[in-house]
Amino acid sequence: MKYLDEYRSEALAQKLVNEIRRILTRPWVLMEVCGGQTHTIVKYGLDNLLPPEVELVHGPGCPVCVTSLEMIDKAHAIASRPDVIFCSFGDMLRVPGSAGDLLILKSRGADIRVVYSPIDCLKIARANPDKKVVFFAIGFETTAPANAMSVWQARRQGIHNFSILVSHVLVPPAMASILQSPLNRVQGFLGPGHVCTVMGFQEYEPIAARYQVPIVITGFEPLDLLEGVLMTVRQLEAGQARVENQYQRIVAREGNRVAQDLINQVFEVCDRKWRGVGSIPKSGYKLRYEFREHDAERLFEVKEIDTQESPVCISGLVLKGVKKPHDCPAFGKECTPDHPLGATMVSAEGACAAYHAYGRHLQLKGEPKSRPAPEVAAP
Amino acid sequence: MSNEPESNGSAGGLFGSCPLPISAHKEIVLAHGSGGKLTQQLIQKMVLPQFENDLLNPLHDGAMFSLNGARFAFSTDSFVVNPIFFPGGDIGELAINGTVNDLAMCGARPLYLSSAFILEEGLPLADLWRVVQSMRQAAQVAGVSLVTGDTKVVDRGKGNKIFINTSGLGLIDAGVNIHPGRAQPGDKIIINGPIAAHGIAIMSVREGLEFESEIKSDTAPLNALVQSMLATAPDIHVLRDATRGGITSALNEIAGQAGVGIRLQEAHIPIDEAVKGACEILGLDPLYVANEGKFVAFVRPEDSELVLSVMRKHPLGQKAAIIGEVVAEHPGCVTMKTRVGGNRVVDMFSGEQLPRIC
Repeated sequence: MKYLDEYRSEALAQKLVNEIRRILTRPWVLMEVCGGQTHTIVKYGLDNLLPPEVELVHGPGCPVCVTSLEMIDKAHAIASRPDVIFCSFGDMLRVPGSAGDLLILKSRGADIRVVYSPIDCLKIARANPDKKVVFFAIGFETTAPANAMSVWQARRQGIHNFSILVSHVLVPPAMASILQSPLNRVQGFLGPGHVCTVMGFQEYEPIAARYQVPIVITGFEPLDLLEGVLMTVRQLEAGQARVENQYQRIVAREGNRVAQDLINQVFEVCDRKWRGVGSIPKSGYKLRYEFREHDAERLFEVKEIDTQESPVCISGLVLKGVKKPHDCPAFGKECTPDHPLGATMVSAEGACAAYHAYGRHLQLKGEPKSRPAPEVAAP
Repeated sequence: MSNEPESNGSAGGLFGSCPLPISAHKEIVLAHGSGGKLTQQLIQKMVLPQFENDLLNPLHDGAMFSLNGARFAFSTDSFVVNPIFFPGGDIGELAINGTVNDLAMCGARPLYLSSAFILEEGLPLADLWRVVQSMRQAAQVAGVSLVTGDTKVVDRGKGNKIFINTSGLGLIDAGVNIHPGRAQPGDKIIINGPIAAHGIAIMSVREGLEFESEIKSDTAPLNALVQSMLATAPDIHVLRDATRGGITSALNEIAGQAGVGIRLQEAHIPIDEAVKGACEILGLDPLYVANEGKFVAFVRPEDSELVLSVMRKHPLGQKAAIIGEVVAEHPGCVTMKTRVGGNRVVDMFSGEQLPRIC
C-alpha cells in the first residue's frame, strides 16, 4: 500500500540496522514514549533486529494504561446508570476497575458503545434526547483536539445531554518525571510523533537541554522507529542532546496551531494521577469552568472512590523504563490480558500486554513435544 | 487468579459446581463467541467434558464417522450476523455456505442440509423472502439440498430480526483422510486467497464507514474447490476454514491439536489493498479478522506446488498462496517472520479484538 509499504521494507530495515551497528561503540538505553511505538516494535520484532547494545525500554505513553483506577471506577459508576449511554474508545472496554470491566457491565444491560470519534457521540445524543450521553475522554495531547471539538460543537449546537468524563494526560511532565527519578536508566528518547503533530516539539527542547538527553520525535512504522533509533544513537555517540525530528512528513516544530487553540479554549492544565506512577503536577487537562454543563464529573456526583492496586505488580517501574515486563514474577502467570493486575497489562498498547500478545511469555526454545498419533479410522 | 471452582448457589448442589469461571467472567460476554481463547475455554471446560466421545473430541469443523461402509461428515452452525444484509451477501447465503464449508473442511461432499429459523416479531416478510431466495441460490451453487427445517418466532426485541441454524451431512470419498492431528513438520500451508474481507465488510456497514471502493464479504461455498484439490492430491492432511478469529484462530487450533509448530511468512499472506487500508484505519490486525470463504490447507511439501496450481485455476483460489509451513520447533505455537525481517508469536486473542485508541 502506498505510503505504508515503503516504511515496512525489509531491505531498508536491514540497511538502518547495519548503520546502527556500524556507529555503535557502547551500550545505550533508549525509551520509546508511545504505546503505539511499543506496539510496532513488538509486532514487527524490531528489538530482535537491533544489536544487543541498544536496549529499548517502554515508556508511559499508553493513555488507557495510565488512566487511574479511581477514574475507571467513576466511569463504571456512570455507565451503570439506566439513564446513560456511555461511549468509549474500544480498548477502554476491557480495562478492569475495582469490580469488572465495561464489557461485563454491557453484558448486564448497560448501554455501552464503542465509537471511533467523540463527534459520533453528538449524533447519538441527538437521536436519544431522553438519555444522557457520556464520552470517556482519555488520551494524551493526540486525542485532545477531537475531544475538545466534541464539547465545543455540543455547545454550539445546543446539545445539552452530552458530557465528557475527562482523564487527559500530558507527555512532557511524564518524561521529566522519569528523568528526575533516581532509578532512571533512560539515556535517549524516541519522542511521541502523534502528540507532537498536535503540540509541536518546542516544549521538548528545554527537557533535552536540562537533562542532557537526545529526544528524536519518531513515527510509528517499523522504518520510522529504526531511523529514530539511529538518530538517537548518533547523537548519543557524538555526545549531543538535541531535539530532532524523524517524523518530518507529519510533524512541524510549532505543531498544529488551530488544534492547540481549540484545546486551550476548552481545557486547562491540572494535576493528574497516573495509574502505576502516582500524581504528577500539571500533567493533565480538565474542562474549563465555562464548559461545566458538559463535564460528567460535575454532572454525576460520584463519591471519592478508594482503590487498591495489586502489591505484586511492578507496572510503575515498567512505565518508567526501570523494568521490563518479563522481569515481573506475575507476568504471563497471575497477570494476563484476561486478568490484568496492573496498568501495563490492561490495554493492547501497554508494554506488558504487547509482550503478552506477541507471545513473549511463551517458551519457544523447548524441545518439540512428541506428537500424538492421529486417531482416525483408515478410510 | 483462582482455579477453585466457584459455587453457583442452589443449582451448584444439584448439578455440581460450575467449572467456569476460570477467567474473571461470571456471565457470558460477547468475547465468549469471538472464536478466541474464551470460546475455547467455554468448550473445553464446560461442554467437552460433559459429552466426551470419539467423534466430538477432535473438535474439528464437523464429526466424521462410518456407517455401513460409507464415511460421512456431520456439522452444524448458527448465524446471527448483524446487519442481515451486507455488501457481498446476506445471512441466508452465509448460513448455507457456512455449513457447506464446514463439511468441505472434513473433505466431504455436502449432500443434505437442515435449516432452523428463529424470527423476530415484526420482521418484514420482504426481508425474509430475500433471505430465503438467497439461500435457495446458495444451495443450488453448492449443489446441496435443504431437506428438513423448523421455524420459531420470538417477541419483538427478543431476537435480532432473524437467526438461522443449519446442519449438514456430507459423504467422504475413499482415500480422503482430513484430520487436524495429521499436520506434520514439513507440511506447506496454503490459503486460497486474500484474508479479512468479510469482517471488514460487516464492520464498515456497522460503523457506517465508507471506503473509496466497497469492500465485499468473501462468503462462498468452498466444496468445489476442495474437491478439485482432493482429486489432484488425495493425501491432503488438514483443511480448516478461517472464520471467526481469522487465520490466527484456525492455525493456533491446528498447532495445538497436532502438537506441532507453525511458521508463517507475513510477506506471503495475501490481502487486498482496500482491506489492508481499512484495517490500518480501524486499528485491526487482519490476521484476526473473520473470513467466510477462506481456508488453510496443510499439504505434503511434494504436493504443494501441484495443489497450488490446481487452486489457482479455480475462481475461488486464483490468489492462493503458500503462507508458511509446519515445523517441529515450538509445538502448539504459531510464529511469523514479519515483513521487516523480525519475528513474532501470533497468539490467539483472549477476547474480542478492540480498536486501539491511537
